[in-house]
Amino acid sequence: MILSLSKDTIEVVKEQDVVFTKNRVKEVAVRIKMGLVNQTRLITAASELLRNMMRYANGGKCTIEVVSSGRTNGIRLTFTDKGPGIPDIAKAMEDGFSTGKSLGLGLPGTKRLVNEFDIRSNVGEGTTVTIIKWANG
Amino acid sequence: MDKIPILRMGAFLLVTIQVDLYDRLALNLESDLIQMVDKTRAKGVLIDISAVSIVDSFMGRIIGNIASMSRIMDAQTVVVGMQPAVAITLIELGLPLKGVHTALNVEKGMDLLKSMIDLEEEDEDQDLTEDDLIAE
Repeated sequence: MILSLSKDTIEVVKEQDVVFTKNRVKEVAVRIKMGLVNQTRLITAASELLRNMMRYANGGKCTIEVVSSGRTNGIRLTFTDKGPGIPDIAKAMEDGFSTGKSLGLGLPGTKRLVNEFDIRSNVGEGTTVTIIKWANG
Repeated sequence: MDKIPILRMGAFLLVTIQVDLYDRLALNLESDLIQMVDKTRAKGVLIDISAVSIVDSFMGRIIGNIASMSRIMDAQTVVVGMQPAVAITLIELGLPLKGVHTALNVEKGMDLLKSMIDLEEEDEDQDLTEDDLIAE
């Protein structure tokens, strides 16, 4: 059972919004006393997902939540876009696969950096990625 | 528009990144730096990332690109001062920065650059003596 303690949604359209969003994630992570290495993992994961959203969907929304599992607190980030969607999610999660010119590390790499990772996508409708990082997980 | 300053120190270029990188800034640094290597005929590039708290796959790729491009331009690149949390994250992300020389701090990075360039010069000296021998 995961409880949401606070919620904050940011529209991400411009490159400055990306910087702003990463700073907000950092602030929240510091507030719940997340360790430095976990903070770095979470913000790096956010950075990857924000770039995907900007590159493939021309932006979207990012929701930052403080969540509690009872035992420990964490941060849940939800990235929602109305882009073209991902036709083959299994393929997109493979290391080294990219439809753009990137290294193809974004999605699989992000999954390795966080505790929970969920991706849902419908072609023509958009993509939602949800990640959770526990403060000391 | 932010710009990362590139300092010239003898045969080396010194770049200290004091802000968190974003994509456009990193791309500008890449092209500025390669142009400076050409203009100043620098033999070495030292990049200090001790103040950078986030390096994701894109920025990691730019760092790798700078090292490869400099090598083609006959300059060596050393990246110094990576924060431990950044190193952990890069490896977990799957980006081992192969082909990029690294050192713990600026001082050690400078020593490494000097030793790499000294080695190259020694090689050239040896080539010369071999040529001399053939001439004789």
